[in-house]
Amino acid sequence: MTNPSGRFGIHGGQYIPETLMNAVIELEQAYLHYKNDPVFNRELTGLFNEYAGRPSRLYYAEKMTRDLGGAKIYLKREDLNHTGAHKINNVLGQALLAKKMGKTRLIAETGAGQHGVAAATAAALMDMQCVVFMGEEDTVRQALNVYRMRLLGAEVIPVKTGTATLKDAVSEAMREWTSRIADTHYCLGSVMGPHPFPTIVRDFQAVISKEIREQILAKEGRLPDAVIACVGGGSNAIGSFYHFIEDKEVRLIGCEAAGRGIDTFETAATVNTGRVGIFHGMKSYFCQDEFGQIAPVYSISAGLDYPGIGPEHAYLHDIGRAEYVPVTDEEAVCAFEYLARTEGIIPAIESAHAVAYAMKIAPPMDRDRILVITISGRGDKDCAAIARYRGEDIHE
Amino acid sequence: MSNIGKAFENGKAFIPFLTCGDPDLETTAAAVRAAVQNGADLVELGIPFSDPTAEGPVIQGANLRALRGGVTTDRIFSFVRELRQDVQVPMVFMTYANVVFSYGAERFIAACRDVRIDGLILPDLPFEEKEEFLPLCRQYGVDLISLIAPTSENRIAMIAKEAEGFIYLVSSLGVTGVRSEIRTDLASIVRVIRENTSVPCAIGFGISTPEQAKKMADLSDGAIVGSAIVKLLEKHGTDAPEYIGEYVKIMKSALS
Repeated sequence: MTNPSGRFGIHGGQYIPETLMNAVIELEQAYLHYKNDPVFNRELTGLFNEYAGRPSRLYYAEKMTRDLGGAKIYLKREDLNHTGAHKINNVLGQALLAKKMGKTRLIAETGAGQHGVAAATAAALMDMQCVVFMGEEDTVRQALNVYRMRLLGAEVIPVKTGTATLKDAVSEAMREWTSRIADTHYCLGSVMGPHPFPTIVRDFQAVISKEIREQILAKEGRLPDAVIACVGGGSNAIGSFYHFIEDKEVRLIGCEAAGRGIDTFETAATVNTGRVGIFHGMKSYFCQDEFGQIAPVYSISAGLDYPGIGPEHAYLHDIGRAEYVPVTDEEAVCAFEYLARTEGIIPAIESAHAVAYAMKIAPPMDRDRILVITISGRGDKDCAAIARYRGEDIHE
Repeated sequence: MSNIGKAFENGKAFIPFLTCGDPDLETTAAAVRAAVQNGADLVELGIPFSDPTAEGPVIQGANLRALRGGVTTDRIFSFVRELRQDVQVPMVFMTYANVVFSYGAERFIAACRDVRIDGLILPDLPFEEKEEFLPLCRQYGVDLISLIAPTSENRIAMIAKEAEGFIYLVSSLGVTGVRSEIRTDLASIVRVIRENTSVPCAIGFGISTPEQAKKMADLSDGAIVGSAIVKLLEKHGTDAPEYIGEYVKIMKSALS
């Protein structure tokens, strides 16, 4: 799906300062070597299974299925992974790769804090230094995750520039990388940024769809009718889609954060409201004004609050292989509460965007249809914010 | 070669950087004129971008002040057209790929030629991606400036061979900003550049004092100064042009 220069159709590429070019070339060469190295793969599988708790469950949500009265619903339980989200898959892969490359220090950006926590975790496990850049706004929204990262031995740097959210954390991590390359690997958390990151992160997250495929075939003897995941940069979504891309009968649905609605400025629905641009090392869709200034985006979910989307998603959209639909804050919060009450599972507010869309499309579907929703993370981190959204004065 | 060559005919070149519209376009115009009257050989005009990932805090601040002041790409083209009535030194734009791309690459680069902008510096457009804009730059006679960094190593010859206008040699790792010391072995980088091209080479990033500028210009063909000038704008606002004129005079005389 990716050609040698890291393009997905017109998207992707390496739009970065010359200072970083040799670093991404070195990373690509190392990755091309290790991805086929049996020792590397054995070590990574060992970490996935023994440390992160893979394979994650594909759970038949029977009560939800009955209640909605349509398609059979399965939940891919990435929330049950160690550290509570899919982010650990990518981080274990990149940290192991960085270690093999002789790097001793990881830097990372984080939005909701899940990727930062995962990076801090891998750094602790592998004896590496870790510095996490996090928008100041997000350090407030996700104070508990800031503490977790510090507890794990990472340094958390609040980013005050711009909108003080995920995009600014990415910019600041990139700036840091240009100033210290020799011992440092930039552990990017999503399928974005310059080549080879979108490919590397996708490959490490593709374990999600590899497992879904095996698990659904074992349980149902056939492939699902649709796979639904939330999309910010798009790492859990591409991981959930990847092994189904060639199966044209499987609908692939990415749920974007519409915030207060795609007809407002307070949205982060990139495919639905953005246009093609060049930013953060890649050509893709971005929310921007007519002069190419990146728009300040908004979502209740810190993890989806990003003005761009990974280049492979932009390509899957262009060729019509995947659909990208907007889901509002209100719809996501309702789904968050619904899944908690119906199945006893509290999803991350990010993942709740995917649950919300499934709740819309499942009821009119025939009962022999199958939907898989990826629950990318658990929602403990969001409880205080959702309570406040509902008017309860709760603080962590 | 475009007009940019002329900037290097008057001894070592002094190249100031300013962000258009920081704090307003009238001040930028006065600052450019003050710089040129006091010896600037080439002027680098920044078109502000919301998320300037190659900039340190000082120039990030300039970008934000300019955008808050309401400057747009359209207004900057009109501004340069007016400036060109009396400012004759070569001028280049420094901005980010998305500013050019979103405007429509051809529309942007054709407009550069119309207002006599001689070159384009895009820090997020490395050698591998230059085909994005190079054919249009050639068509309209606008030089796409190549950057070489302390980490370029085996890439220096490749970049230098295809360079146009001048080469922007980045003095240090990291983002733009004043540095007390520049430790990169620039002499050996310049040697490889010279072996591969006759295009002039100017050094930027981290230069603020006359001593640093002289040292950098001795190693190359000129010195580029951004953050130190932007700091004068940050400090003096609309009164900055006078201070910028004085500063440029000191810097240019240090080079000769």
